[in-house]
Amino acid sequence: MAEVAEAGPPLRGARLRLSAALWRRPWLKLVALLALPVLAFAVVYLGSLVALFISSFWQVDSFTGKVVHIWTLDNFQTLRDDPVYRRIALRTIAIAAAVTVTDAILAFPLAYFMARIAPSRLRALLFVLVLLPLWSSYLVRIYSWRLILAKDGALNWALNGLGLPDANLAYTNTAMWIVFSYVWLPFMVLPVYAALERIPSSYLEASQDLGARSWRTFRTVILPLALPGIVAGSIFTFSLTLGDFITPALVGGANSQFIGNVVHNYVGISNNVPLAAAFATLPVIVMAVYLVIAKRLGAFEAL
Amino acid sequence: MTGTPKRILGWGALALLVGALAVTAAGCGGGGGAGSKTSSTSTAASGPSSIGKGEGKLNLIEWPYYSDASFANKFTKQTGCVIHRKDAGSSNEMVSLMRQGGGGGGGQWDLVSASGDASLRLIRGGDVKPVNVHLIPSWNDFIPIFKSPAHNTVDGVHYGISLQWGPNVLLYNNKKIKPGPTKWNALYDPKYKGQITIPNNPIQIADAAFYLMHSKPSLGITDPYELNKAQFDATVNLLKQQKKLVKLYWVYDTDGRAAFANGDVNLGAIWPVDTLALQAKKVPVTEVIPKDGATGWADTWMLAKKAPHPNCAYLWMKYVTTPPVQAKQALVFGETPVNPKACPFMDKIQAGSCAKYHLNEPLPYYNTIKFWKTPIADCGNGKNDCMDYNAWQKAWTEITG
Repeated sequence: MAEVAEAGPPLRGARLRLSAALWRRPWLKLVALLALPVLAFAVVYLGSLVALFISSFWQVDSFTGKVVHIWTLDNFQTLRDDPVYRRIALRTIAIAAAVTVTDAILAFPLAYFMARIAPSRLRALLFVLVLLPLWSSYLVRIYSWRLILAKDGALNWALNGLGLPDANLAYTNTAMWIVFSYVWLPFMVLPVYAALERIPSSYLEASQDLGARSWRTFRTVILPLALPGIVAGSIFTFSLTLGDFITPALVGGANSQFIGNVVHNYVGISNNVPLAAAFATLPVIVMAVYLVIAKRLGAFEAL
Repeated sequence: MTGTPKRILGWGALALLVGALAVTAAGCGGGGGAGSKTSSTSTAASGPSSIGKGEGKLNLIEWPYYSDASFANKFTKQTGCVIHRKDAGSSNEMVSLMRQGGGGGGGQWDLVSASGDASLRLIRGGDVKPVNVHLIPSWNDFIPIFKSPAHNTVDGVHYGISLQWGPNVLLYNNKKIKPGPTKWNALYDPKYKGQITIPNNPIQIADAAFYLMHSKPSLGITDPYELNKAQFDATVNLLKQQKKLVKLYWVYDTDGRAAFANGDVNLGAIWPVDTLALQAKKVPVTEVIPKDGATGWADTWMLAKKAPHPNCAYLWMKYVTTPPVQAKQALVFGETPVNPKACPFMDKIQAGSCAKYHLNEPLPYYNTIKFWKTPIADCGNGKNDCMDYNAWQKAWTEITG
């Protein structure tokens, strides 16, 4: 029977010296701890951003199809002057915004129920259900939506069974909106849930004690406190939609090109990396602005 | 003071997210530094004078099934070259793969089964090297137009060995569209609005140019891959009109196939392999090659400039062009050999298949098929005024964007 937890055998030799050195110089401990993540951040995260930005000022030799390292603003001029890029950028941003709003509207009641009403067993079950789609591949889910929305698919079959005409949703922007809203919904539910769960019940009781009806309590107490959670969720839904190119390629139609598709085509087909890089900086700028606004709204405390 | 840690945390999270986003966005842009080495389109004597002993390994970038086990296993047994394959989904992916690691196949790849819309890009980019066709005995038997086609032979130097080819066909659902169309004008006919699918590929501009070549002779188009500004603009205009009728621009042919199978489209441009797959699934589709002809693709095994196993590569090119292997591959993939001696072998595997795949056609037939080649500014008229592939890509973005 050990009466006191043993301190282990005393350190000897090199291990002792190492331990002493770390104790004497706390900054060494910090360096050892942070060197790897900081290096990864600087090289992988920032390095690729810089590479992207630099290559957007280069151009392609039309004869060999190779990148020539001559500084030029041509790529940005093309993006500015050619209306097609504006159209594609606006479409991408508009659909990302629509998906974000849709997910916020769908996620809020669900998250509220999970956080404040459901008993703990049901809550666990709902968590599993919300996360269940993430267990399967993103591609599988998109393909299954294509089968649902197809002309001879499940949706039209059900509609026809009810005596309704076909819904021509396959290969449209509406189809993209539905599929995006579906695949990113869990990323909205979780932060909203976290924000709602953190509201102390006493606030709601106080509100009621002071005579506020439920709508007013919702508007002046719950919503402001849940807002950071909604904004946090919107960062995910917005940025994930903004950067996607698979969903537009698979369920989008003749008018569904996203920024990502253009980037993909320019890199893959004509090997015009500089123009692709120039176009790819646009979502980075959009997200930077979005994140600054989100921070103002307190989203990062709710993550 | 109490607010500070939280604030730092907030900014830290912000920076992290910006960084994460940058990585996502830069994923495509990162390879920019790779192409700096100078290219040389060598006109020196072509390749080695004999094939040495195999190196035991062969790394291929290929269309799926281009080294199908049904004929590749025998090759490995004969030569000891073990095949490592990377299936590519598109011509563009092939070019990208070849240009990784400093280009020329990056010292990793030996051969690439490039189609005509990729092969000139690889030649101009210095990613492939000349091949000595005299080491490939079957080359002498090839249908003449596949011996030195413009998409793999430049200034008399061969950059690969032709392999197989196929037309781009007009496909329609014969239950939904009656009477069936017989000409390419169906793809530009408002009657079929919302039922049409078209490949999402800039080379598709050539299909519209091919149609204009016959329907609007005043434009003076003689080759759908060599378009001057006026001809190009007329073609792009036609495609912009066509867009209003298009339901889906397919990226992978299997997506176009699925759209036919699910009833989302009833008419479109696609490949014979898809016709066969759809008919096997009992989808009521009929394939047409209009009388005027069609655009087509022809694949070439091209030798990477930095090929680490050149002997195995030559042995493979020699093997896959022999008649029995040509026949086997044609029927595995649904395409046509370049070696007409494969005809009896095809019929032996599947009666009537030689005629079905047009291998026994007289020579004039092949002149009606305009094979994919990468458009370049110098299109042989001495004026250097043709629209190059970058212009095609930009116009295609404008059309589909």
